[in-house]
Amino acid sequence: MPAPPAAPQPLQILTPSGDLAADSPLPLARIKDLYRSMVAARAYDKKCSAMQRQGRLATYAQFEGQEAAQIGAVAALEPRDWVVATYRDAAAMWFHGYPWLNLILGRTGDERGGHAPAGVNVLPPSITVGAHMIHAVGLGWASLVRGDDAVAMTFFGDGATSEGDFHEAMNFAGVFRTPTVFVCQNNGWAISMPRERQTASATIAQKADAYGMAGVLVDGNDLLAVYAAAHEAVIRARAGEGATLIEAVTYRMGPHTTTDDAGRYRDADHLAEWAARDPLERVRRHLEANGEWTAEWQHGIEIGEAETVEAAVEEAEALPAFDAGDIFDGMFVDLPVALRRQRRAAEDGAG
Amino acid sequence: MAELTYRQAVARGIAQEMERDPRVFFIGEDVAAAGGVFKTTEGLQERFGPERVRDTPISEEAITGAVMGAAMNGLRPIAEIMFSDFFATCWDIVANQIAKARYMTDGQITLPLVIRSANGGGARFGAQHSQAMENWAMAIPGLKVVAPSNPRDVVGLLAASVRDDDPVIFLEQKSLYASKGDVPDGEIVDELGKATVVREGADITVVALAAMVPRALQAAEMLAGRGVDVEVIDLRSLVPLDMTTVLHSVAKTSRLATVEENPRLCGWGAEVTSIVTEEAFYDLDGPTLRITTPHIPLPSADTLEDLAMPSAELIAARVLQAGNA
Repeated sequence: MPAPPAAPQPLQILTPSGDLAADSPLPLARIKDLYRSMVAARAYDKKCSAMQRQGRLATYAQFEGQEAAQIGAVAALEPRDWVVATYRDAAAMWFHGYPWLNLILGRTGDERGGHAPAGVNVLPPSITVGAHMIHAVGLGWASLVRGDDAVAMTFFGDGATSEGDFHEAMNFAGVFRTPTVFVCQNNGWAISMPRERQTASATIAQKADAYGMAGVLVDGNDLLAVYAAAHEAVIRARAGEGATLIEAVTYRMGPHTTTDDAGRYRDADHLAEWAARDPLERVRRHLEANGEWTAEWQHGIEIGEAETVEAAVEEAEALPAFDAGDIFDGMFVDLPVALRRQRRAAEDGAG
Repeated sequence: MAELTYRQAVARGIAQEMERDPRVFFIGEDVAAAGGVFKTTEGLQERFGPERVRDTPISEEAITGAVMGAAMNGLRPIAEIMFSDFFATCWDIVANQIAKARYMTDGQITLPLVIRSANGGGARFGAQHSQAMENWAMAIPGLKVVAPSNPRDVVGLLAASVRDDDPVIFLEQKSLYASKGDVPDGEIVDELGKATVVREGADITVVALAAMVPRALQAAEMLAGRGVDVEVIDLRSLVPLDMTTVLHSVAKTSRLATVEENPRLCGWGAEVTSIVTEEAFYDLDGPTLRITTPHIPLPSADTLEDLAMPSAELIAARVLQAGNA
């Protein structure tokens, strides 16, 4: 296989040392809020990993290292916009209003987790790879038809770009100029498949060219760069100028899921390299350098956010247990006769 | 003789065929470097090299389409679709292309390929990763459908599938991967379309497939304590379907029950029941019985998944109930 041409440098605003390489797109107070949200997301991520080890949930896909890519992008949205994401995007979903409770229920295998509160424009996480990108095109298309200006933002990984769904979603979005923001979190890995064997393309962002839309390559561990790219994409979408593909270059710090052992296929050296580019640490340094960070404040928000997550876990685990007939809930608006009979049989314990 | 897990038997079966025939190769997602997400293909890349055991991008259509092309051009590929639910993403290639190529070329093109997949429930993977899709596969003319229930059969039926000149959908039941069984040493090659009587009995024939076989056997032991002598048949493949063994058994027991993991509508048990009522109606002493998962997506909560899938207790209860009716 020929080596792909060298990739261009991703857009970076905040360097790993916490210095601004360009003007900040956000005021310091907002950056501080977003930092707190990243701390909250990391608390949730750690809690779910711990719960998996305790046998309280089955399988969990960590997003550690991808907090800026998710929260930075969603920070550019308004509540009327849509978030259409995957099992590794809890930070993005939560930041747009999907409660920790629902996310935890989903991970514990409780279908009630998929029932988002009214008015929260977040679809449940896509478990199959790639299908949801096309839903975001349809949501955006509906905005065009209805004449509102809501934008649909969809999250997916580098691996999903190999699915046929990616091509079809991008092509529809290009042809119909739908208000869709495609956010590819290129985290280097699709389970065991490294990014360089996923596509021979130098970047994923450049694939946008072929679909007639804007493509932007950003440092996915840079909150401000991700926000700036997403903000521009949302402005374009609302102005009727169509879709954007953002490639946020980041790294999957954990295994694929808690059932995976990444040590079998990847070199630990990469982890240290990427740990030095931690998306939270660089914002923390920036806040500290600007007099907006103290160890006491950090301690306080860590405890506060962990308590919030803990409360959601307690609420999830206190929900009433299911009855046998509940397996038929949600099937159809009106349960057909044959299924009503199956339901009665299940309730009698003789399905 | 060695005791192997069902998952170890998969690797052994693939290795047996790759060792024998250099035309056999194996591709799929995370099958090589990681040894498969269910660890069913551990050690194969080390043993046969990255040319013959290859990881692919996440592209089910390309996986199935490429093995179709390779099979047309002299190779005998094995592909893995990680979860059988993902057949839905490449059903055009499988149902419209692979299944029909021989027919539409008047027999000129043969496709000696196997698509293996982790099928079925019991592992808490939720509605999109737990489907028992054997009834989708058997509904498409042109596909053979194989589903082993134990480690020995994994090796023997996989060998038969690889050596078969037509496309085979090979469904491993994912909740069986950790189950163990004795596997004889040396080469094992079975014949497709041969069911096995796994327990002899006089009172009722219970026909099962894959994960439902051990559950039917457990139910038979419970029923033995209640004075019901159950004969259990492991169907092993749906296409070809060995009705000779089933009809022979029903002639002896005069009662038939089928135990299916797939959702109820158009499940394979309906086909088996229909053939028995057409061909052996007067052998029957009572109505036939279908025990299935209800016609619902499989819930992911452990308690609900257990309620939805036929359990040994449920099978025993339904058989007793039918006997008393």
